[in-house]
Amino acid sequence: MKPNTQQLQDLVIQVRRDVLRMVHAVNSGHPGGSLGCAEYFVALYQVIMNRKEGFDMDGKDEDIFFLSNGHISPVFYSVLARSGYFPVSELATFRKIDSRLQGHPTTHSHLPGIRMASGSLGQGLSVALGAAQAKKLNNDANLVYVLMGDGELQEGQNWEALMYAAANKVDNIIATVDLNGKQIDGTTDEVLNMGSLQAKFEAFGWDVLSVEKGNDLEAVINGLQEAKQRTGKQKPVMILLHTEMGNGVDFMMNTHAWHGKAPNNEQLESALNQNIVTLEDY
Amino acid sequence: MKKYTNLGSKDTRSGFGAGLTELGQKNENVVALCADLIGSLKMDDFKKNHPDRFFQVGIAEANMIGLAAGMTIGGKIPFTGTFANFSTGRVYDQIRQSVAYSEKNVKICASHAGLTLGEDGATHQILEDIGLMKMLPGVTVINTCDYNQTKAATLAIADHEGPVYLRFGRPVVPNFIPEDMPFEIGKAVVLSEGTDVTIVAIGHLVWEALQAAEELEKEGISAEVINVHTIKPLDEETILKSVGKTGCIVTAEEHNYLGGLGESVSGVLALNKPTPQEFVAVNDVFGESGTPEALMEKYGLNAKSIIEKAKKVITRK
Repeated sequence: MKPNTQQLQDLVIQVRRDVLRMVHAVNSGHPGGSLGCAEYFVALYQVIMNRKEGFDMDGKDEDIFFLSNGHISPVFYSVLARSGYFPVSELATFRKIDSRLQGHPTTHSHLPGIRMASGSLGQGLSVALGAAQAKKLNNDANLVYVLMGDGELQEGQNWEALMYAAANKVDNIIATVDLNGKQIDGTTDEVLNMGSLQAKFEAFGWDVLSVEKGNDLEAVINGLQEAKQRTGKQKPVMILLHTEMGNGVDFMMNTHAWHGKAPNNEQLESALNQNIVTLEDY
Repeated sequence: MKKYTNLGSKDTRSGFGAGLTELGQKNENVVALCADLIGSLKMDDFKKNHPDRFFQVGIAEANMIGLAAGMTIGGKIPFTGTFANFSTGRVYDQIRQSVAYSEKNVKICASHAGLTLGEDGATHQILEDIGLMKMLPGVTVINTCDYNQTKAATLAIADHEGPVYLRFGRPVVPNFIPEDMPFEIGKAVVLSEGTDVTIVAIGHLVWEALQAAEELEKEGISAEVINVHTIKPLDEETILKSVGKTGCIVTAEEHNYLGGLGESVSGVLALNKPTPQEFVAVNDVFGESGTPEALMEKYGLNAKSIIEKAKKVITRK
């Protein structure tokens, strides 16, 4: 049974708590981008994707997802755990020795839900396109989803992949760019201004839609549903998801400072007070 | 010594093409990707016979490696084809993360390896690829020596679960491995038994090693010639057994001595049975333009060099 709106909203807040507590516990990790993508992950795993019970690597007869910007692993792990892929208690092992929850996601530790390693940026779109083409060969009508950061679009491999997808009419993929406008050294405009991504993607032959309120759960769900409607029409589909890095924690927003920095004890307390427990902490 | 005759010279890359064609018929999960070098890699037949399973990716090797990794998810067995340089160094991080670390069943098939690529020069003559690939955990590294062995290896790696780097070359060279010789990944082939010196060779140097052994025999020196073909995992047992008998070894490869077969063999010997060793390999320099024969002569990668090194290593026993 699909969760109702209140349950989804509660989950988003609980995911934010998980993210904050995970990075705080090991004083490392990437809270900013993770917080900004909480709605996307909850919408994807709880509402949008056609998922089978359990996990197998091949992912036949179900939708599958790839995370290209692997550093936002906290939000990925939290949503995977709270979607039943592995015990929520395991979130406590994040980035610790002998954990399946590596700093960046890996298949190496056989964590259910992970189908490729990511962290070295710019590789996820190619892998997702390969998986999408395998689905076509297998006559599997399900979709492939991939999330990329906006900063990682500075990697050239993405543009090889973007070109390839349109030329080969890979129309069973929904790629999303987390458009938070920030990367480690500053805003994306300051670091390397990429101009209009919408115009670039369209020029590369993609069907592009924009979700202006990427931290509004309903808007994200609607955007993803709209994107699904656009698949199967000879063009790859791209969502420009406008999010706020650090969303949900006042002092983490409007800055790139929390890209890869964990809160201290006082900051954690303040951040958690802005995200009061809804389900149960791990 | 056991003699081998040239059954008719062919290029090793055509062995790959023939193997791929056969796989296309035998295994419907095999798919092939190429980065604008279909003719050079001899993938034409596969493309013609299985257009739905063939992917022309354009001059975009990084994307090709990623696509191949993704296609394994869903059970495909992707074979990527381009020159050795563009198969490895150019896409090292893509292979490292999306294939090796992600444990994907991708077969990276690389032609035009080493100096014998010839006139195009050092930009294309990679002499570091074996080292790059053998350092990646879980990656099997194979360098075949002739048409028949390349065809057999192409068939064998499809049945092996895990990432493989298959290295072969451009020029037409003697084809001497019997067509029916089984190809077992990680199992060296003792081509000719001997007692005075062990010669371990890969790739185009295997034929040269056999020629060298024939010459040495005329001078009363009995050489054992071993073709390891799989650099990783290395058949330590066969090598150690041989040096137990001969007491010295020459390694021969079309690669930098740093990172190559010789270095792998040295490691095995150092740990198990310290043994005098000489290297027939490129001495940490880039190549240059020239015919394959002229290059192999200039950089000391032929039967003559193997003979010199064999005589030298025997004096070090």
